Amino acid sequence: MADEATARLGVTASPATSTPTVPVAGRASARPAAGRPGGRRGNGASIRKGLEITLFVAPALALLTLFVAVPIARAVQISFFKWKGYGDFEKFVGLDNYRRVLENTEFIEAFQHNMIIVVASIAIQLPLGLAIALLLNRKMRFQGTIRTLIFVPYVISEVIAGVIWYQMFVPNEGLIDTVLDKVGLSGPQQGFLGTLETALPALVVVLTWKYLGLAVILFLAGLQGVPEELYEAAQLDGASWWQIQRRITVPMLGPTLRTWAFLSMIGSLQLFDMVWVLTRGGPANATSTMATFLVQQGMQRSNFGIAAAASVILFVVALVMALTYQRFIMNRDNTVTVVRRKKVRR
Amino acid sequence: MARMRRAGAGIALATTIALLAACSSGGDTPSGDGTTAGGGNKGEAVTLQWWHNSNTGDGKVYYDKVADDFEAANPGVTIEVNAMQHEDMVDKLAAAMQSGDMPDIYMERGGGELADHVAAGLTKDLSEGAADTIAKLGGTVSGFQVDGKTYALPFSIGVVGFWYNKALFAEAGIDNPPTTWDEMYDAIDKLKAKGIAPISVGAGDGWPAAHYWYYFALRQCKQDVLVDAVGSLDFSDPCFVRAGESLQELLDAQPFNDGFLSTVAQKGATSASGLLATGKVAIELQGHWEPGVMQGITDEIGEAGIGENLAWFAFPAVTGGEGDPAAQLGGGDAWAVSEKAPDAAVDFAAYLLSDEIQKGFAELDMGLPTNSSASKYVSDAALASLLEVRDASPFVQLYFDTAFGPAIGDAMNAKIVDLFAGKASPQDIVDATQAAADLEK
Repeated sequence: MADEATARLGVTASPATSTPTVPVAGRASARPAAGRPGGRRGNGASIRKGLEITLFVAPALALLTLFVAVPIARAVQISFFKWKGYGDFEKFVGLDNYRRVLENTEFIEAFQHNMIIVVASIAIQLPLGLAIALLLNRKMRFQGTIRTLIFVPYVISEVIAGVIWYQMFVPNEGLIDTVLDKVGLSGPQQGFLGTLETALPALVVVLTWKYLGLAVILFLAGLQGVPEELYEAAQLDGASWWQIQRRITVPMLGPTLRTWAFLSMIGSLQLFDMVWVLTRGGPANATSTMATFLVQQGMQRSNFGIAAAASVILFVVALVMALTYQRFIMNRDNTVTVVRRKKVRR
Repeated sequence: MARMRRAGAGIALATTIALLAACSSGGDTPSGDGTTAGGGNKGEAVTLQWWHNSNTGDGKVYYDKVADDFEAANPGVTIEVNAMQHEDMVDKLAAAMQSGDMPDIYMERGGGELADHVAAGLTKDLSEGAADTIAKLGGTVSGFQVDGKTYALPFSIGVVGFWYNKALFAEAGIDNPPTTWDEMYDAIDKLKAKGIAPISVGAGDGWPAAHYWYYFALRQCKQDVLVDAVGSLDFSDPCFVRAGESLQELLDAQPFNDGFLSTVAQKGATSASGLLATGKVAIELQGHWEPGVMQGITDEIGEAGIGENLAWFAFPAVTGGEGDPAAQLGGGDAWAVSEKAPDAAVDFAAYLLSDEIQKGFAELDMGLPTNSSASKYVSDAALASLLEVRDASPFVQLYFDTAFGPAIGDAMNAKIVDLFAGKASPQDIVDATQAAADLEK
């Protein structure tokens, strides 16, 4: 399912990273029309081209079929059976597994948690990442060191980060409770990860720590592309710092922000490792996600049919959200390109 | 936001299944020559595949010798021993079962899992072939029977009970280990008064918390009710709700370590076992593997550990309960023979349970022998006291999650943890278990 998304990203990422250098519609003349592959080619050339494409794409396509298409088809097949992991597929149950997943309160809770994480990730990391990126975008001492420090959590493996945070969250003896104790406060008795109300927020904190670095680096890269002249012109016109950020930086950063939000959304839907290491979806399913649900159903309960149905549902949810996002939000970036093309042709 | 992943967990799962199927049909373990479909009369040359998990040290050497001795006593029989690390063995076994190309002698853990294997026609009925051995093992085989037929011979069975720290008990002025829940609550109060956390439980892993409910059910329910439930999957007897009520009463006394809902069972110093091993809590409800687990943890963190202060007492009686207070919760490992294996495999499985082999098994601390003649060779004092209780018990109930199989068992465990978290009632546990059971019918 994610391959679909990454494949799409491959397409959308390029306009996103390049658009900062592409000015807003009116100043499109920056790039000449010569490089555009708009001209018609002869028939022979097109056949040769086709052969070439086939030749180069075939190995990748074969691998993709074997390791992506076949397992997906297999998962769909399993989802129609009651299957314990061995023996033949005997008990065909039709859509019953899907019904059971969709009626399952554990799955509904898990789905809700995914949605909360999607929203929370974007709502917290976007402003925070943007603020940090703006601060780091000026010339200052230790700029490189600070950037590295912020990016380090993203580089650490999710499992290792999870184990570190698990130890920090241990009640009484963990770092967090120790620090709270020093300043005269105390965490919940069960610990932040063991209390129903605090487990999910604690997870969001760890995820923010882990992934803020990616947002900052992407935003910084986007900022590098904003032409210096725009700022100079604005300053000459007497615009305040705030106005400059609002009117120039953020709009110019738009495609980067939208691409980052897309990555964040897809990642949040598939969230598994960090949850598994920190809480295994507990306490009492307070932090479960669709991915932990299907692993629990498949690996722990041997309900492979149910797990497969859940995985297909997760796939469809991710796909629908991705397509919707592309259609209604990423689409803007494409529109800009289209407008530019028209201008160039004239 | 989570890492962008190339494949979602669903695909990973599906891929695993597909790969397992692919590997297993590759067949790196041919199940011997001339050993097809129940054939192989005595005297005929046969090769037996034996898979076990004693892959290190003395245990491995011992099992190699056992195989050699059997070959010497049975001309024509060759035993190919495959000693694997436990998780590897479980994975390979799952693949072997999927392809139907199974080892001749392998390990079963009983209960619903075994019943599934039997239903799939993978496991041989040993009732006649190993009748003498089964008679000698007595009640311990009950967890390895399906419809009155015995499909595996248990070689190591332990029971769950309270491991405790004698020094901390002395410090709190508790003279004798509790035998009733009134005494237990008294002990909990005394420990808390001394500022000692009474009990640790790794509810983050589910099953350690679930063991409490299992045990309360064992004390509240008649043996017949429990035995029938495994077959009928009927949990309507009110004793199951009372089990949850007993557990609720215990939870209300707040005896558990801080953060028990996120505590894991056996990994590291902050796990439930780690807390007992390092003297941070006084008691933990665990199985016979606990001394070994704690040894591993203290070795890892380089501390001396609980050592001589470790002792064991059985789950106390519950006032008004219908269950026998001497009945115990436990489980273990058994030797099973695959359906297609030759008769010699059955003889070998029975040989593994003989007085002589079980004696060596006990002496090397490889497990808790099921052949009572070998019991006296277990040296560890705490384990010996556990064995005494096990051997005196009229009935060893297999862990419910194993007995009912993972589909029902894990749903049951999850709801029991919900009760620990204050998110479910005693009735909810019964309802969730019944709902999962109904889907299996």
